Amino acid sequence: MSATIIRNGRVVDPANKRDEMVDLAIVDGKIAQRSEVSRLRQATASQGGKKSEVEEINAKGLIVAPGLIDMHVHLREPGFSHKETIESGARAAAAGGFTTIACMPNSSPPADNPSTIAWIKDRAAETGCVNVLPTGAISKDLAGEMLAPIGSLKQAGVVAITDDGHCIQNHELMRCAVEYARMFGLPVLDHCQDYNLVGSGVVHEGYWSTLLGLPGWPAAGEEAIVLRNILLAELCDHHIHCQHVSAAGSVRLLREARARGVKISGEVCPHHIALTDEAIQYFDTNFKMNPPLRAQRDVDALLEGIADGTLSILASDHAPHADFEKEVEFDAAPFGIVGLETALGIFIDLLVHKHGKIDIGRLIEMYTIEPARLLKIDAGTLSPGAAADVTLIDPDLEWTVTIDTFQSASRNSPFDGWKLKGRAVRTIVGGETAWKL
Amino acid sequence: MKTRWTRKDLLGLRELSADEINLILETADAFKQVGTREIKKVPALRGKTLVNFFVEPSTRTRTSFELAASRLSADVINISAGTSSLAKGETLKDTAKVLEANHADIIVLRHSSAGASEFLAQRLKSSVINAGDGAHEHPTQGLLDLYTIREKRNKIDNLKVVIVGDILFSRVARSNIFGLLKLGARVTLVGPSTLVPREFEKLGVSISHKIDNVLPDADVVNLLRIQHERQRKEYFPSVGEYTQLFGLTKERAKLLKPDCLIMHPGPINRGVEIDSEVADGLQSVILDQVTNGLAVRMAVLYLCGGIATP
Repeated sequence: MSATIIRNGRVVDPANKRDEMVDLAIVDGKIAQRSEVSRLRQATASQGGKKSEVEEINAKGLIVAPGLIDMHVHLREPGFSHKETIESGARAAAAGGFTTIACMPNSSPPADNPSTIAWIKDRAAETGCVNVLPTGAISKDLAGEMLAPIGSLKQAGVVAITDDGHCIQNHELMRCAVEYARMFGLPVLDHCQDYNLVGSGVVHEGYWSTLLGLPGWPAAGEEAIVLRNILLAELCDHHIHCQHVSAAGSVRLLREARARGVKISGEVCPHHIALTDEAIQYFDTNFKMNPPLRAQRDVDALLEGIADGTLSILASDHAPHADFEKEVEFDAAPFGIVGLETALGIFIDLLVHKHGKIDIGRLIEMYTIEPARLLKIDAGTLSPGAAADVTLIDPDLEWTVTIDTFQSASRNSPFDGWKLKGRAVRTIVGGETAWKL
Repeated sequence: MKTRWTRKDLLGLRELSADEINLILETADAFKQVGTREIKKVPALRGKTLVNFFVEPSTRTRTSFELAASRLSADVINISAGTSSLAKGETLKDTAKVLEANHADIIVLRHSSAGASEFLAQRLKSSVINAGDGAHEHPTQGLLDLYTIREKRNKIDNLKVVIVGDILFSRVARSNIFGLLKLGARVTLVGPSTLVPREFEKLGVSISHKIDNVLPDADVVNLLRIQHERQRKEYFPSVGEYTQLFGLTKERAKLLKPDCLIMHPGPINRGVEIDSEVADGLQSVILDQVTNGLAVRMAVLYLCGGIATP
């Protein structure tokens, strides 16, 4: 028997509506019954000077949360291991406080077939220090033309389908995908981008794109597809999740639809609330991501959407790229930034401390049980018997982002040097410490 | 106190102060003289190497820079996209580093991506002169337009300048807007609403879609080329409709004040944005712009070349 007791912490377990100062026991990789706590406490006490078999973690001043789930991560394997591997990406996740991550299918080959899913799962089991849940493609080759073998992908173990990075433009095909996925209870995640409206846009269409002469990406290009997804979710009576929502209009559309009970949800990424398009003025490609950084009014709307529950999920959209790929002309640079190791810090710092939009309990909920319910996975709680995935968070720890210390294989972050308040200090996966500060 | 030039690079007019712009224009005055001498060469950049690095094709800007550099006694190398290692997959940064390793003192860059010159300037000790980056800036064109206006009208402050055409995709328009506003001109943009987005008002200019309303008051009309070979077709239905709505026809030219200047950065599409006779008429200063371009580019190379110490 292996056992761990986490003492003196504040257990915040939104799924069970718990927020109390209490010790938490882990036995054989699972969260133990409360009755175990006193038994283990006695066991550690009676050991006296001898080395105890029960590991004791002092969590004084820390929050003991269910292991955080980031449902939007690019691990780049297979095919792009110079950007990231499942091993390095999982380490970055652990360092950011995440015990479970869902990886996007835009690898090479793309995860549009069961063998690639099997390969990812094997690789994750061999090399990943956190739980890696693959998602499958909606369309073959992510090309938006023919459906991927969604049933076989489900059997291979995907938790959702998405063409992330791409967006199916043909509404009829998307409708079929959503109808078909309903049969398997598979949620559909969508990167919302109307290709005609967006064209060659690389930055938010607005003041800064006008000033700098960079091709603009209008907010309407996202809003049009969010609206499309609301209509299809309603038509098919099945869940569609809008990834990385960036525009004020999208928040308004989602708010209205959710109030009517439509099965639609939205996630928000740290960069979209931490930065505006003003940041692109020096043509630094670490501020280039898709969808782009938008205007202050969009940031304000996202914050309101988080505060009132319209946006229910937090995610990083961790998108590693090598230096030589990013260090090119702005137009030519790939979209995306790394985010696993900064996301939690930015969200705590901005949402809880600076703007006071939500409390730490709601933040943890948006990072645990909300994605777990959406993906229908058995995670995100500290219920007795659940896998002992636990994140210890110091909500008041002040720290400075230093890209050179990242566990990720890539460094493409716009947040180098940022001073943040709050971060994970220990990440426990299945009862074992995967990372600690 | 006299302004001193401290920049190794010229990336755009937005970052320059009015004093810095005036310093360039005054320096160009001196170099314009040189062009009228029998021996049109001065030793200002003797021993320096200038690379004309044109990733996007250009004839007139490249020629103008080459002539300007020659008249300053610099050694000039021309590189275009097809002949550079970019065609072999080398990155812009690596290509430029190779140029620098060959002791290039000044790199004149023309590139289709906005920000390409700034990208190089941040990474090289050599001077980087922006000869046009995407739809961002074309500072020497902006400066030669300012120079021409100042030369013909003796001032820029308070003049009413109308810029007509494809503003959205125009680096010439942006450099003109930034420079003119800094020197106190009042700028009106005219063109189809698809090519003159409302966001431009936030830069401090007015927008009109009725050219006949703005021509009578104008002191300067600057016509931009309609780049119909490059544009997506949806921005306006046809070249014919463009000319009908926005072309400076003979009839429309009659609305202009007699001392209003007609400018065009070239190359001109006769019969599209401007009637042939208007382009060649008395109010046209299109060829003066070309001549002044040489003097302005000599001034820019002289000023920036004196700062860089690779």
